[in-house]
Amino acid sequence: MTATTEAPVAPTPEIGKDRRRKEDQRLIAGRTRWTDNLTLPGMLHIAMVRSPFAHARIVGIDTSAAKSAPNVVDVVTGADIAETQGVMINAWPITPEQKAPEHPPMAVSRVTFAGEVVAAVLARTAAEARDAAELVDVEYEELPAVLDLREAADDQVLVHPDLGTNKSALWQFDSAGAGTGGNVDEAIEKARTDGIVITRELVQQRVIPAFMEPRSVVVDPTAEQLTVWTSTQIPHIVRFALAATTGIPESKLRVIAPDVGGGFGGKLALTPEEWISVALARRVNRPLKYTETRSESLQSGHHGRAQHQTITLAAQKDGTVTGLKVELLADLGSYVALLGGGTPVLGAFMFNAIYKFPAYQFNVQTVFTNKTFTDAYRGAGRPEATFAIERVMDDLAAELGVDPLEIREKNWITHEEFPFTTVSGLLYDSGNYEAATAKAKQMLGYDELRAEQKRRREAGDRVQLGIGVSTYTEMCGLAPSRILGVLDYGAGGWEHASIRMLATGKVEAVVGVSPHGQGHETAFSQIVADRLGVPFEDVEVLHGDTQVSARGMDTYGSRSLVIGGEAVVRAADKVIEKAKPIAAHLLEANVDDVEFATGRFTVRGTDQGMGMADVALATFAAHNYPEGIEPNIDADATFDPATFSFPHGTHLCAVEVDTETGQVSMRKYVACDDIGVIINPLIVGGQVHGGLVQGISQALWEEAVYDDSGTLVSGSFVDYLLPTSADTISFDVDHTTSPATSNSLGTKGVGEAGTIASTPAVVNAVVDAVRHLGVTDVVMPCTPERVWRAIHASDGGEPTVGAAMPHFDADEAGTPSTEGAGQ
Amino acid sequence: MTQISLTVDGTQVTDDVEPRMLLVQYLREKLGKTGTVIGCDTSNCGACTVHLDGRSVKSCNVLAVQADGHDVTTIEGLAHDGALHPMQEAFRECHGLQCGFCTPGMIMQSIDLLNENPRPTEAEVRVGLEGNLCRCTGYHNIVKSVLYAAEHAQQGETAGAQ
Repeated sequence: MTATTEAPVAPTPEIGKDRRRKEDQRLIAGRTRWTDNLTLPGMLHIAMVRSPFAHARIVGIDTSAAKSAPNVVDVVTGADIAETQGVMINAWPITPEQKAPEHPPMAVSRVTFAGEVVAAVLARTAAEARDAAELVDVEYEELPAVLDLREAADDQVLVHPDLGTNKSALWQFDSAGAGTGGNVDEAIEKARTDGIVITRELVQQRVIPAFMEPRSVVVDPTAEQLTVWTSTQIPHIVRFALAATTGIPESKLRVIAPDVGGGFGGKLALTPEEWISVALARRVNRPLKYTETRSESLQSGHHGRAQHQTITLAAQKDGTVTGLKVELLADLGSYVALLGGGTPVLGAFMFNAIYKFPAYQFNVQTVFTNKTFTDAYRGAGRPEATFAIERVMDDLAAELGVDPLEIREKNWITHEEFPFTTVSGLLYDSGNYEAATAKAKQMLGYDELRAEQKRRREAGDRVQLGIGVSTYTEMCGLAPSRILGVLDYGAGGWEHASIRMLATGKVEAVVGVSPHGQGHETAFSQIVADRLGVPFEDVEVLHGDTQVSARGMDTYGSRSLVIGGEAVVRAADKVIEKAKPIAAHLLEANVDDVEFATGRFTVRGTDQGMGMADVALATFAAHNYPEGIEPNIDADATFDPATFSFPHGTHLCAVEVDTETGQVSMRKYVACDDIGVIINPLIVGGQVHGGLVQGISQALWEEAVYDDSGTLVSGSFVDYLLPTSADTISFDVDHTTSPATSNSLGTKGVGEAGTIASTPAVVNAVVDAVRHLGVTDVVMPCTPERVWRAIHASDGGEPTVGAAMPHFDADEAGTPSTEGAGQ
Repeated sequence: MTQISLTVDGTQVTDDVEPRMLLVQYLREKLGKTGTVIGCDTSNCGACTVHLDGRSVKSCNVLAVQADGHDVTTIEGLAHDGALHPMQEAFRECHGLQCGFCTPGMIMQSIDLLNENPRPTEAEVRVGLEGNLCRCTGYHNIVKSVLYAAEHAQQGETAGAQ
């Protein structure tokens, strides 16, 4: 190997560049590998038979007609596979006493929500399977069902009679008990005498993740390893859980997440359909595929949010908050899903948000209902928390007659106070709420819009202007394994990466995170390119196959860059350390004199040097390397974070509300987020835009609506209102930067920020537009009907609450027949 | 079974199909044109949008037999001689996709939109894409992509041409 003397050309750093995505070249040309695209020789197709009842006993299932239908290979009931199908697990029993029923993938004796699988048909084509599924005759004995969350908490009708209660677990945090703050009840009592106490009942409606790619699973049992392709965010967790619950040795299981079309938490799931597919493939010993219809997806894929919140805020008369008490009822649906009650617990540390509250208490009671089980949806617990506190901080400002930003500033942690230990016990490492807020105000034209609002109020305009504020923070980078252990979560939160230095100079970065639209291949290539000084184009990022990426904890909780990116950095640093003695040997220099920068090893004080690719080739050839070391510069790293990261930001939203029709129109939305150091601003922008619309959509449009018998009536895209391009606007997105101290790149995570921040910003704007008309709340989604009722209920001095009841409530006075949440 | 003959992405194909088979099923299952995807079962999402004789259709809303004798273009037939269609380039340039599942339909609809209206306003683009759902992008960069394609089309005339 000849040492070269060519002068190194310092490349411009990749980190911070708005690189166009590597992924796109395939995706825009239709060269895709969605699970449903896969076809294997002799592959069969599954159609599921689902319960139409919310609660019923399965009396009998007659499969004879289905079995004799054309090209049907097998028809299977829960009883047929009861011993082999395994069980759906909950990874996070939030208390030792948590009550959780057994959750069989296919119901065996009883169904607990409409949409639960009771039988499956295997046929040569998907159409034949579906035709035959219509012929499966299930006899049910309908049982009483409970659908309303608050009614369920009363235990009058039981979802699981054997448990004796619908209450699953009560999880509490109290700052006085934890030693992180004062006694909240004392703070509230004191405020009742000499301050202000605001109590609000807020509803986080049930929403549906509604990723665009319906879930699909292909199972091939014909090779040495049973291979499962599945549309999931979590191939590694699927593999572990399949092994743990079916008896298949983990080493005989290979799980692949090929191209995955969105997830948003909806594919942070172990699905009954995956388990049933594996059981059936083993039963017939042939490859098979199950792809859900959109209606099945909406009905049986897990839902999100679904909380009833009682918030009590105590403050001094000058607006200084003295205590916050949170009492939640969280709707689990009929089973405790993978994270289950852990989702509201993730919010427990976030209700105090960016504020210096001296006393805090959080209580969540998780409750079963005869509805689809709930689990993580983009933000998972944190949007619910942010919504509640940001709504109530606005109410406090209104009570005091001051600007909502003023009340926030009075209570937030100032820039100089970081690092700051919050009343919920988290150490916020960095942030600058003043800077983000100042920038957001400027972006919106806050003062001008306030002046316009004043003019229009005074003029009594039919269309009123509202300005909504959301100054949020979130905890990202899930999660420090030891903290997860303390919280009784069933796994760790580390992440893994491997870097393989190929002989031709190309680099493979194998990551344990599992992207489904986030652009990891691009962003991680940028990180590796900078770290190793290799061209961006030479880096290949591999993921999503447990035989390629053996170790990983997958993608959720804005963790991939913060945890997974740091694992990549550390693996790259190990590559450099392993390559250095080989480079020194080839350069005939002392290893202590060899330095590495911008892709080259150089000998200090000389012009001698060689590139990383040369070292990789020399290592491959292995003709000449130092004694006592391996000829291998590949490296692995597992990063377990010591703490969370805390993105924050200020979002401001201006809406116009037609007081005659209740129609809400968004006029402007600005987001100034501090997500730490940005690897790729183009990707970050996209994450924020998409997150915003999901949060805005919860505020204005989306709701999983059940009728009185427990049928999901918003069970197709006709009725479940996903916003279109015509419903939405373009956004103004900018950033301030306070680097995170928890990882060497200074990143904080951005996947969930937009969703967490935007919901309260929008509802605050809607309420702000009509608050002078006596409105204090509009229940989400803020449909024209609800807004109109809120305005006009106040005409007669009635409380807003009644007018803003969910649609479909029988006691909603004088309801015209408005169906769904559409506008 | 009914015999149909049509042109798909420039290639003549002939098959016997069930009368009930949808065009999207025909494309995916018979021809292996899996670039075109199925996102819903109510013709709301538009993920399956293709061109039938140069006009966008939701291929879940067309029976395969209705395509008999016609010319179908899918996302896989847009690039020519290794060169992407300007609309494909625009989506890449403007980060108009994330997971990419809605993208084939979105691109096909966007091309049709510019064929009809080569210089649309933002509002016109938003209305023109109303039949195609996306859950990742919030539409911001999709709208930007279409406006970018319109702006970069030579004299505003060729962006929509195939």
